[in-house]
Parts: sequence; C-alpha cells; structure tokens
Amino acid sequence: MTVTAVPAAGAPASGAPAVARRAGVSRDTWVALGFILPSVFGFVVFYLWPSVRGFGLSLTDYQFFTDTSFVGLANYQRLLTDETFWNAMLVTVWYVVLNIGFQTVLAVLLAVLLHRLTRSVVIRGLVLMPYLVANVVVALLWFWMLDAQIGIVNQVLSWFGIGSISFFGSESWAIPTIAFVNTWRHLGYTALLIFAGLVMIPRTLYEAGRVDGASEWQMFWRITMPLLRPVLALVLVITVVGSFQVFDTVAVTTMGGPSDASRVIQYYIYDLAFERLDYGYASAVSVVLLVILSVIAFVQLRLMRANESDLA
Amino acid sequence: MVTVDTAVAPTSRTPGQEAGGLTPGRVLAWACLIAIIAITLFPFYWMLRTALSNGTTLATAGTSWLPVDFTWGAFRRVLGLATLEEAQAEGGTGSAVDFWVYLRNSVLVAALITAGQVFFGALAAYAFARMKWPGRDAVFFVLLTALMVPPIFTQLPNFLLMRDLGLVNTYAALVLPFFFMTPFAVFFLRQFFLGISREIEEAARLDGAGHVRTFFQLIIPMSWGPITTLALLQYVQAWNEYFWPLLVGSERSVRTLTVALGVFRSQTPQGSLDWPGLMAATLIAALPVLLLFIAFGRKIVDSIGFSGIK
Repeated sequence: MTVTAVPAAGAPASGAPAVARRAGVSRDTWVALGFILPSVFGFVVFYLWPSVRGFGLSLTDYQFFTDTSFVGLANYQRLLTDETFWNAMLVTVWYVVLNIGFQTVLAVLLAVLLHRLTRSVVIRGLVLMPYLVANVVVALLWFWMLDAQIGIVNQVLSWFGIGSISFFGSESWAIPTIAFVNTWRHLGYTALLIFAGLVMIPRTLYEAGRVDGASEWQMFWRITMPLLRPVLALVLVITVVGSFQVFDTVAVTTMGGPSDASRVIQYYIYDLAFERLDYGYASAVSVVLLVILSVIAFVQLRLMRANESDLA
Repeated sequence: MVTVDTAVAPTSRTPGQEAGGLTPGRVLAWACLIAIIAITLFPFYWMLRTALSNGTTLATAGTSWLPVDFTWGAFRRVLGLATLEEAQAEGGTGSAVDFWVYLRNSVLVAALITAGQVFFGALAAYAFARMKWPGRDAVFFVLLTALMVPPIFTQLPNFLLMRDLGLVNTYAALVLPFFFMTPFAVFFLRQFFLGISREIEEAARLDGAGHVRTFFQLIIPMSWGPITTLALLQYVQAWNEYFWPLLVGSERSVRTLTVALGVFRSQTPQGSLDWPGLMAATLIAALPVLLLFIAFGRKIVDSIGFSGIK
C-alpha cells in the first residue's frame, strides 16, 4: 500500500529545477522513481493485487463458470471437516520430514567432506548438476530408473534377492520415493549453502583444536556444528519452505496417487482449482498454506536473530 | 546479512587442503565423497544410455551398461526426423512430437523473462543502491516482502488476471508475471551496486553525466560479471519452470519443453512408454542448461552462497 502512494503522489510537474529543494521533489527523485517504476508496476500487478484478490476469492464460492457469491468464512469451515485436506496436510508434512531429514544430514556430510578434502570448483560443480536440471526432467529420469519392471534400481535390487518394489505405485513407497528423488536434485545446492557457511569459520579455530589434540570428530561437534548453527537455521527454513511447495515431481509421476497417498497440499490446490474448478475453496486452502509458510518464515527470523552473535 | 558479503566469492580464498597424509580417515572420507558424486552423476549417464537404446529390445537387457542395440532412433523420433515405420520398429508411437515448437517456445520465453528481469532489476537496484530519495528504504522493504509469498498463492489469481485480459495461451501470459520484477534480481544487483566506489561516480558527475548516463555508461559496464551471473541463474530458472506454463500455456503453440514432457508422460499409458524416446527428449530439454553450466560453471557455483539469501 505504501508503494502505490509513492509514484502517485501529486507532486509538481518534472519541470522543478534540481536546486529548488524546498519547492518539492528534486530531479534526482524523479529519475529514481522512473528507475523503480517497472519493478513497482510488476510488484503491484503481479504480487500485491493477486495477494489481495486471493484473500478475497477465498471468501467466495467462485467456480469459473457459475455466478459468484460472498460466502464469508464458509470455505474455511469446510476445511475443518475436509478429510482430503487433512490427508493432504499429513502427506505433505510426512514428505517435508523425510525430505528435510535426508537432505540436511547428507548435505552437512557432503559440505564437510568438500570443506575438509578439496577446494575444487569442478567437484562442487558436479554435485550441483542435478539442481540445474528441471524438476520435470528429474522426475521422469527417476520414474524410469525406479520402474517396477525394467528400471535399473529394481534390477539391481533383484541381485540381492529383493523382489520388485513399485516405488511410485505403492501407497507406502510413493512419498519416501518422491522425497528421495527431490533430495537427489537438491543435495548439491543445499550442501553448497552450508559450504559457504563453513568457509566463514576461522581456520585458526581448527588449528587451535588440533594443537589441543582434538580429533576430527570432536572438532566437528565442538567447533563446526555450533558455529554453523545460524547458517543451518537459514538453510533449514529455505528448504522447509521449499519442500512444503512440492508439486512438479508429484504432477509428473504419481499425480497424487495411489489413492491420495501422494496428494500433497500444492497438488490438492491445483486439483481443486483446475480439475474440479472449485476455485474459491482452492484459494482458501492456499491462504492456509500462506499462513503456514509465514509462520515458518517468522521462526526463521527469530532463529537468525537469536544466533546473530555466534559468528560475530 | 553478514552471509552475503563473505559468501560472494568464497573460492578465491585459502586454497589448498588440511595438512596430513593419507590416513585411514581421509581414505574413508574420499570414498564417501566419490560415492556421493557417483550417485549424483550415474542417472545422467543412464539417461544417455537409455536414449541410445532400441525401445523394442531394451527390456531384454535392463542392466546392460552400454546402450542396448545402439541406435540414434530415439533422438531422430524426438526431433521428428524418423519415418513412421522407423519409429514404430523401435517402440515409438510414431505420433509427431513437435519438439522444435516446444524448444522454440522455451528459448523465447526464458530469454524474454531473463531480459526483462535483469534490465528492470538493474534499474531498480541502481535507484535503491546509488540514489537518495524519500521513502527509499521503505519501498525496498515492501518489495522484498514479495520474497515471502509462496508462488502458488499469487499464481492462482494471476491466472484469473491473464484470463480476464484474454491472454491465456499467449507468450505474454507466460512472460509477464516474471518480466518486470523479481525481488531476487533487485536484491542481488543492489548488493553489488552498493560496493561500487563513490569516487568513480562523482568523477562522472563532474563531467556532467546525469544518473541515466552514469547508469548506462558506467555502472552497467562495470557490473558485467554480476549481471551475467544473475542472467544465468534466472535463465535456468525460467527454462525449468513448470507450474506457471502449465496453467497458462498448455496449448501446443505456446507449450514449453517442461510442459510438453509432462504431457508426453501423462498421455502414454503406463507400461507401454517409449523410454528411449522419453529419455532422449529429457536429455535434449536439459542440454541447454548443462551447456551453460559447462561454460559458466564457476560463476554459477560461486553465486550459490549468495542466492541462499533468496
């Protein structure tokens, strides 16, 4: 709201000379406003206005083709008893827990390995490769590798006498599989974020530790982990907020199935809006998602402040 | 914010490794690292190996390290070079894939988005970093709040906006929401512009250059490095985007590669998928990004610590 007020202010026309400060807005200010105008336009039209409209629509029964009426909080009431919604919530949280679990542990391991063993940009580049490829490509690639009949993973498992696993087709495997696939894609990226944090830890601390006879293991727990805490907090929030919004992998592989086992919240919203055309309700669900993610972001800020002094 | 300044160029400092020879611990650590890299890279090889296999005989040699019954057929099918008989003989459907159309759409959409974001982002970043004007910090803060909003929340109403404007299934709909601003682009470039020394700018001012000239003739050429990095990151992101193009660009004429791959997958019933064809298509869809990466890998890797602030 503050934004719209700035360029719209009815100040005197641009003829005002730069020297006449008291007369109103300076020439520099006009140039600056011109410079930010496209960005402010983009912000108002594609971020601010849709946000307001999204809230508004969540209070209606908008369905694309029928008359729309204001229904107050009815959509939110409906949420409370909507079993598919609660299932989607549960599935999403399960996914987030698994994905973050795999990803954080592996990323810390990878970052520490990179930090202690090598400074090679090539190796860092290699671990980043999956992150640069589209989610859709990654999903299809693993869909093939994890195919129940002729996928390489099941073929290899059969060497060990393990029967074929229908990774994307079974209710218990669908979410862990999607979590694994996305861990594969994001591992390098997360590791490099943590790596950037490791680089900031003064080397002298490790040298002092070595002089005191500390082992690598002790140095990891006594020096690395405590000093990494602020970076880890930040990385965790980025990845948690990201994984709450998992969509592409689900849409390409399981499409929410089997029997809602992988119907994550974002896929549910998409399904409500564009398959069932229940747009008002879909908006209400996305408002709930927004609130959840805002709470996480708020916790992020608190965590970052609480830890500010650690690396000072 | 401490993170930002230090993480921009982490590679340039303290080369070399910890002291110490090949202890058992180090051997184990290297083994772990090599295992992770192998798991990272193997799927890419498998994609290539499958794409060069013959679809009809693929199932008979599922674990063969080399392509089964080597053929370029899958690539020829995807690129529309194979005849119907050829395609069917190798397990393809023979239906046209229109790959070139999707490739053109992806290139065009990603290029337009990148150009807009970088140009308008640079303008705004300059105003926020180098100019004094009332309300500057407040406006900057408000723009940054857009970072917090999950894309799906704005994308549902944005879809309605595009529909109301009659733009669904046009390039405009695919490009516009990302064209004028991303908070990340503004933030990223502002951070670099803040570091440029005042003296250079003041010298230009004495020569009679205004802000517009200073920006185009001084700041832009000086910031070529960060601008390229930003352009790369945004191009890759736009190229890989799936959700928004799926909403507003499902029609064939504007369909991007990512959407096409999704459609290809969902239209083929499970079990009879043309795996070599699909892998050839995914490989080609990933290729431009991988080529950019080979050319500019260091820039991208170096910017990761920075983009974490995102």
